[in-house]
Amino acid sequence: MVPLSAYVAVSAILFVTGLVGVLIRRNFIIVLMSVEIMLNAANINLVAFSHYLESMTGQIIALFVIAIAAGEAAVGLAIIIVVFRGKISTNVDEMNLLKW
Amino acid sequence: MIPVFFVYFSVMSILAGILTVALRNPVHCGLALLALLLHVAGLFVLLNAEFLFAAQVIVYAGAILVLYLFVLMLLNLKSDERYLHTRYAVMLFAGVAICGELVLLFLRSPFHGARGDAPASAVLKEGDSYAVGIKMFSEYLLPFEIVGVFLLGAIIGAIVLAKTPTAADVEAE
Repeated sequence: MVPLSAYVAVSAILFVTGLVGVLIRRNFIIVLMSVEIMLNAANINLVAFSHYLESMTGQIIALFVIAIAAGEAAVGLAIIIVVFRGKISTNVDEMNLLKW
Repeated sequence: MIPVFFVYFSVMSILAGILTVALRNPVHCGLALLALLLHVAGLFVLLNAEFLFAAQVIVYAGAILVLYLFVLMLLNLKSDERYLHTRYAVMLFAGVAICGELVLLFLRSPFHGARGDAPASAVLKEGDSYAVGIKMFSEYLLPFEIVGVFLLGAIIGAIVLAKTPTAADVEAE
């Protein structure tokens, strides 16, 4: 029997990995991928607590998180395409204009 | 058997997560993210969440990741000489410190709480999809509809943002 704290620890490691990715990478697309890692870590947490505390609510919320991630990816990638078309680099530290 | 699979899936997902953050070529990062998503789906199976396993593989690995790879190929980004932030060492150190602290804290915590109404035996009798469906379309019907409206808004937003500017738009600017 795997203890609940093992799942929570795995999810914490994944979350911090995603957080570090958001902080250190320059490419906007990789930053969005790191956000997906963080959302997945939250999902592991939700499902693990749902299993060990015997309630279905965690799995429902995890499904909602997946739907939100899909919307976030669609809008984020659309923004990247617009920025790239404006001949601005997709590095986050060089994007400093709201309008051009 | 379950601890063996747990160790495999968790170690592989952590390795894939680190590769996603660390690899230089963005397409390789996308493929590492695919490995991460599939191994997290394996963790869901260990937790008796078969419906979420299917949703993870279909929606995340099937749709979202293909969207990422599609945009990467479309933009044809070349991997930069300097792909990390200038002060990445500070962030890396802070991340490792926070990670160690959290793991120490979580591994020592007992995590008790009030039990819900869906023990594993009751879920396994009808299947996980059945249990999720009953809950989703009774108690969580309003959030479900709100997510539907949210996805519609996301679709419209993406189309409006990414549409090719026509001649009239260019003149108006």
